[in-house]
Amino acid sequence: METAPKPGRDVPPKKDKLQTKRKKPREWKNPESQRSLSGAQDPFPGPAPVPVGVVQKFCRIDKSRKLPRSKAKTRSRLEVAEAEEEETSIKAARSELLLAEEPGFLEGEDGEDTAKICQADIVEAVDIASAAKHFDLNLRQFGPYRLNYSRTGRHLAFGGRRGHVAALDWVTKKLMCEINVMEAVRDIRFLHSEALLAVAQNRWLHIYDNQGIELHCIRRCDRVTRLEFLPFHFLLATASETGFLTYLDVSVGKIVAALNARAGRLDVMSQNPYNAVIHLGHSNGTVSLWSPAMKEPLAKILCHRGGVRAVAVDSTGTYMATSGLDHQLKIFDLRGTYQPLSTRTLPHGAGHLAFSQRGLLVAGMGDVVNIWAGQGKASPPSLEQPYLTHRLSGPVHGLQFCPFEDVLGVGHSGGITSMLVPGAGEPNFDGLESNPYRSRKQRQEWEVKALLEKVPAELICLDPRALAEVDVISLEQGKKERIERLGYDPEAKAPFQPKPKQKGRSSTASLVKRKRKVMDEEHRDKVRQSLQQQQQQQQQQKEAKAKSTGARPSALDRFVC
Amino acid sequence: VKVKMLSWNLDNYIVPRNYDPTLHPFEVLQEYVRVLNATKLEGVFAKPFLAWLDGHRDGVSCLAKHPKSLATVPSGVCDGEVRIWNLTQLKCIRIIQEYVLAFVGLLFTVGDDKTVKQWKIDRPGYREGEEAITYNIRKDTGIDHHWKEAVFATCGQQLDIWGKQRTNPICSMTWRFDSISSGKFNAIKTLILESCTSNRNIVLYDMKQATPLKKVILDMRTNTICWNPTEAFVFMAANDYNVFTFDMCALDTPVMVHMDHVSAVLDVDYSPTGKEFVFANKSQSREQRVICVKWTSDSKYIMYGSDEMNIHLWKANASEKLGVLTSQEKAAKYYNQKLKEKFQHHPHIQPTEQCIMKEEVNHIKHSKPGSVPIVSEKKKHIVAVVK
Repeated sequence: METAPKPGRDVPPKKDKLQTKRKKPREWKNPESQRSLSGAQDPFPGPAPVPVGVVQKFCRIDKSRKLPRSKAKTRSRLEVAEAEEEETSIKAARSELLLAEEPGFLEGEDGEDTAKICQADIVEAVDIASAAKHFDLNLRQFGPYRLNYSRTGRHLAFGGRRGHVAALDWVTKKLMCEINVMEAVRDIRFLHSEALLAVAQNRWLHIYDNQGIELHCIRRCDRVTRLEFLPFHFLLATASETGFLTYLDVSVGKIVAALNARAGRLDVMSQNPYNAVIHLGHSNGTVSLWSPAMKEPLAKILCHRGGVRAVAVDSTGTYMATSGLDHQLKIFDLRGTYQPLSTRTLPHGAGHLAFSQRGLLVAGMGDVVNIWAGQGKASPPSLEQPYLTHRLSGPVHGLQFCPFEDVLGVGHSGGITSMLVPGAGEPNFDGLESNPYRSRKQRQEWEVKALLEKVPAELICLDPRALAEVDVISLEQGKKERIERLGYDPEAKAPFQPKPKQKGRSSTASLVKRKRKVMDEEHRDKVRQSLQQQQQQQQQQKEAKAKSTGARPSALDRFVC
Repeated sequence: VKVKMLSWNLDNYIVPRNYDPTLHPFEVLQEYVRVLNATKLEGVFAKPFLAWLDGHRDGVSCLAKHPKSLATVPSGVCDGEVRIWNLTQLKCIRIIQEYVLAFVGLLFTVGDDKTVKQWKIDRPGYREGEEAITYNIRKDTGIDHHWKEAVFATCGQQLDIWGKQRTNPICSMTWRFDSISSGKFNAIKTLILESCTSNRNIVLYDMKQATPLKKVILDMRTNTICWNPTEAFVFMAANDYNVFTFDMCALDTPVMVHMDHVSAVLDVDYSPTGKEFVFANKSQSREQRVICVKWTSDSKYIMYGSDEMNIHLWKANASEKLGVLTSQEKAAKYYNQKLKEKFQHHPHIQPTEQCIMKEEVNHIKHSKPGSVPIVSEKKKHIVAVVK
């Protein structure tokens, strides 16, 4: 029997190696000259090879984009920049050696299906510290719970439907606060750090301190059903029953945008961590993408035949998982074509979806959670066989993977459960970015820096790297304006001026002849080029036809035009 | 069941770094915000004025740079007094009276009384009189000293090259009957000289062959020229209303035209890096004129002498922190500089070094002139090139 794909292992290693580019070939020592006294030679001369896939990860310039023809100086600058980027990405790929941790994995014995392995078995097989990460909080009294982990993954906040709100450090099990807000709690989110909580209560949005002290009651955000916090922009996005999507800037305390989604009640919301775009799911089967800068959605994707019940986007912003009332679970490609990559019919529709940092997808269907895994970080999860399943003591109301840990937190009507999912968390965190082991001083420094670098809300768009690209539109517009202003195009190729020659070679007839020669040559080049292009096109068409005709050629193929 | 879970070993805990781009999704936008902040802070910290040196009793007409000492600056005034200043102490260390129109080129003064006098920089000892070696010459208006040899050139009716201790010039060069207003030696190709004449010409001379080489006729008169200290063939000409950068090999088209001056440009000087220059122009709104401007040899300060009878000392980079910087400050400074360079074309980010000091002295980067030079515009100002 086939085992489920292992999320912890890398792609079959070291098939393609890239010799590092040596800029100064004379520095590369001749192996003959490196012979030592004993006569031994270096068996691995030259620099160590670097795997291509890792180098690709660090490349940021999109080389497939064609830029308009520019001056030689600009072109040489761009070439230099590209060469530098290659060198830097090789160096960065080498520095991956310093990453201390490997991701987790789970393998069944003798081809056993990992989906059949239960949590108790995993807890037995694992060390004490990791086993302690699996716990169940039985809280039946205060209703189904929704939960949220802080950005570093160290703290957990949960809120029950009947008003119970608590925040704790779940690793040390140290409770920070536990209150009852005396009102229904619909959603709960940590703000930028574990110091502040946002609770969407029945009527309004409240902000609490982690000691349980109520700090703000924001009456403009009323009847909020879902909350999302955009950490780099310090924006709290709220989706309400009234159909409004409101963005609140928590660093200055202003409402940046209140957008009318014009689609009725909003209760399915998710953020795209790659570009901070909010995805809203609607009852007509569409998912719309919103940015605070625009009154209209950035895009609308038709996903399901019935209403959309859950949306989740993975951490690289490449895949979006949606599930709908038609019992389908679909994974869409967000970068490029917005087409579904894979579909799966579920016996029971999934009401909750979440992605982990390493691309695992969890779906909560009733009181069962199913986790699907892919081939590694960059690939979509394969929906054929689940990786793990678990049954809880009540229907699921909230799901989130803990960042940087192999743990899934589930909020259900019986309380909170923390499940072990080996291979879910990113093993190597960046200490200056989100550090679960940061001290108070480090947190203070990080907070100041994060506030200084807070990205303005107007810059949220589908491509967060747009500012680093060559501004082709302005370039072309500038060129057009220049041509209009000057009356001629200064960069157009100047017409050929034959050089004046001595000894009678500069007579009118010979000048005309020379000009003709050059014009004819240019014409010939153009014709040649266009012929080549035509040939290429024909070739491509032929290949496409050959592929599409299928395995059985018929006698009528010769009549295809 | 084979299972491995993530668990961190905190024994050797330092701040671990992971440069994976997926962990830093908004790096471009964060850099953009950092540039905006850096630009704002640059405006906050822009305090370019340092000091002025008072003491002269008439408008300062010329300044000179000491080749070996950063702090010593001699200045000359229209009424004939020459003062040698110490910039670190902001004090005058020596005064020399000359009584007539004095031009200073390093250790020499040229006087209206048709003499060139060579003085020592140091103060004479007690009871020693002021000593000067006098050369008698015709009426001259400009002087420059060779960068390496003990030879200097004066210009007036013709360009004379003098050696030390000689009463007659080694050679004189002239091209027709022009009166030459200023001359400069090339810093790198030290045998080449350059001069501007009252006939709207700029003439190049070769000292070895003792002949003029080429000349270019512009449409307006050039006041001074300055050789680029790092590029051998490039010099800058301070024309009335324009500043041109010429390449000596191709005099028919200037490399760059720096336009946008409302009044005549009186003096121009290159930074020792050869990448930036400063020019002084007459300002119409005020009485004062800035007559001479110089960049200090450490490329950090600009000094100019004005009609206000004092010398101003300004920072070249207005928001720069002076003194010894810690490594973090240096890293932050270079990072901000590089970021500004990267995002310079965005509308909200001003290019650096655009500080405008009191409308009198402007400092611009060599690579970003004030206008887009179109081919016809460059050629517009050149009348002819003569070999």
